[in-house]
Amino acid sequence: MHPAFSVIFFTTASGAGYGLLALVGMLAPLRLIPADRSFAFTALALALGLITAGLLSSTAHLGHPERAWRAFSQWRTSWLSREGVLSLATYVPAAIFGIGWVLFGRLDGPIAVAGFVAAALSAATVCCTAMIYASLKPIQAWRSAWVVPGYAALALMTGALWLNALTHVWGAGQRWLGVLAAAAAILGLLVKEAYWRSIDTTAGPSTPESATGLGRRGKVTFLDGPHTEANYLLREMGYAVARKHSLKLRRIARVLGFAVPLLLTLLALALGGTIAVPASLLAAVAGMLGVLVERWLFFAEAKHTVTLYYGATTA
Amino acid sequence: MTDYTVGPVKLGLVIDLDTCVGCHACAVNCKEWNTAGHSAPLPDRDPYGADITGVWFNRIHTFEVDDGECGRTVHFPKSCLHCEAPACVEVCPTGASYKRVEDGIVLVNADTCIGCKLCSWACPYGAREFDDDAGVMKKCTLCVDRIYNRNLDEADRVPACVSTCPAHARHFGDLGDPNSAVSRLVAERGGYDLMPEQGYKPVNKYLPPRPGKIAGTGREMALTPAAPDTAGMFLRWVDRLLSR
Repeated sequence: MHPAFSVIFFTTASGAGYGLLALVGMLAPLRLIPADRSFAFTALALALGLITAGLLSSTAHLGHPERAWRAFSQWRTSWLSREGVLSLATYVPAAIFGIGWVLFGRLDGPIAVAGFVAAALSAATVCCTAMIYASLKPIQAWRSAWVVPGYAALALMTGALWLNALTHVWGAGQRWLGVLAAAAAILGLLVKEAYWRSIDTTAGPSTPESATGLGRRGKVTFLDGPHTEANYLLREMGYAVARKHSLKLRRIARVLGFAVPLLLTLLALALGGTIAVPASLLAAVAGMLGVLVERWLFFAEAKHTVTLYYGATTA
Repeated sequence: MTDYTVGPVKLGLVIDLDTCVGCHACAVNCKEWNTAGHSAPLPDRDPYGADITGVWFNRIHTFEVDDGECGRTVHFPKSCLHCEAPACVEVCPTGASYKRVEDGIVLVNADTCIGCKLCSWACPYGAREFDDDAGVMKKCTLCVDRIYNRNLDEADRVPACVSTCPAHARHFGDLGDPNSAVSRLVAERGGYDLMPEQGYKPVNKYLPPRPGKIAGTGREMALTPAAPDTAGMFLRWVDRLLSR
C-alpha cells in the first residue's frame, strides 16, 4: 500500500495526542500528576495541538477536503466515519476539562468526570483508527489481530513519553511515571514484534488461481498487463518495498522508536535532576520519529489482493 | 448510503473466458461511452507523453494456465462485479458509494464523494479508480445510462462493453432470476465467482475455458524435417546445395 505522508503524520501525531489526553484526563483528577494551572495548560495544549494537527493533516489527502463534514454521517457501518465522529466528540469533554482545570483550577466533580470521559473517548478514537485498517479484507497484513493492540500501545507509549517529559520540565518528575513510560516502550516493542512475526508467517487466502478462478485448470501465471504504464491501482495498492529495505527499516524503528526512548527514560529515572529534562524530552521525540518509520512500514509492507491481477503470486 | 439492501433483481455481466480473444474492444468502447456518460469524464493525464495514466472502468489482463498439456493463454476482462456484499459501500464514510435496491448496481455520487479512497482499498478486485482531476472515485456504472435509455433501440440497451464484443464473450442480464438467459448460461457452463474466499458475493460471473481441443502433449504438432533419403531428386539436390 502506498504510504501517504499526510495519513502517516496524522496517526502518529494524533495517536500521541490522544495518548497524552487519555493519561492526563485520568491521572490529573486522581491527583497523580502536577495540578498547577500552567502545567495543565501546557499538557492540554500539547495534546490537543497534536490531535488537531493530525486531524487537519488527514484531510490533506482527500480529493475534496471541503466536503470532509459529510464523513460524520455513516457511523453505522464505516470505521472511518466512526473515527471522525469520536474524534470530534472528544473535543467536548476535553474542552470542559480544560476550561475547568486551566481557568478555574478545579479538578473535582463534573470536571473530573469530563477528564475521565475525554480519556475514554481518546482510547475509543485510537481503536477506531486501527479498525479502519483491520476491517479491510483485501489486505491480509492489516487483518492481523495485532493491528488494534499496536495502535493502542503506540498511542499509550508516545503519550506516556510526553507526560514523563512534561513533568520533568516542571521539575515534578515522578519515578512511577518514568517506569510507566519505560514499560509502555517495552509493551510497544513486544506488540510490534508480534505484528511483524504474524505478517511474515501468515499468507492471505487469495492466490492468482482464486483471483482468476482458473486454478481448477492448473497453475496460473501472469502473462500480460492491461496497460503499459502504471495506473491508479498500481500506484496506490501496488506499492512494494524491497525485503532487505523493510528489514533495515524495522531495525531503525526498533532502535529509534523503542530502544532509544527506553534507554533515555531509564537514564532520566536513574540520574534525575537536570539530566532528566533533556533525556525525557529526547525520548519523546525519538519515540515519535520511530513511530513515523513504523507507520511508513505499516503501509509499505501491506500487500493488496489487486496485485494478484498484476503478477503478484501472493497477497 | 453505507447501509444497503439487496433486492431480487441483480443486474450483472457474464464473461466467457473461452471465447474472449483479448482484443480490448470492450475496454475501448467502455471508455468511449463513459467519458461522456453518468460518471463523465474518464480523464487521461499526459495522453501523448511518456507517463500516460488515466481512468478506465474495464481492463483486460492476460494469464497463462499450465494445464499439463499445451498450456493455455486466457484473456481476462475485469470490471466492477457489483457485489452482493460490497465492502466498498460499507466503508464509505459519506454515503457517496451506494448499492441500488432496484437492480443492485453499485454507484458513486460524485457530488458527495470526499475522495478518501477507502472504497478502493476495500475492493479486492481493483474495480475503482480515482479521478485526480475531479478529486472523486470512479467506477463501472454497468452503463446505467444505456440499459434504461429509451432513446436507444431496445437491442442497444446493454452495457457498451457487451454491445461491442466481437466474440460474443460478454453477456448482460438479471442474475437474480434463475430463468434468465444469463443464469441459464452460468448453470450450463459452470460459471463461477472470483475470489469467493473474500466473501464479497460478486454478481458478475465468469465462464471457464472449455477443455482444449488439441489432445496429447503438443509434440505431434511439431514439424518434422524432410528426410533426404526418402525425398525426391530435386529436394536432395536442394539439400546438398544448402548443406555446403
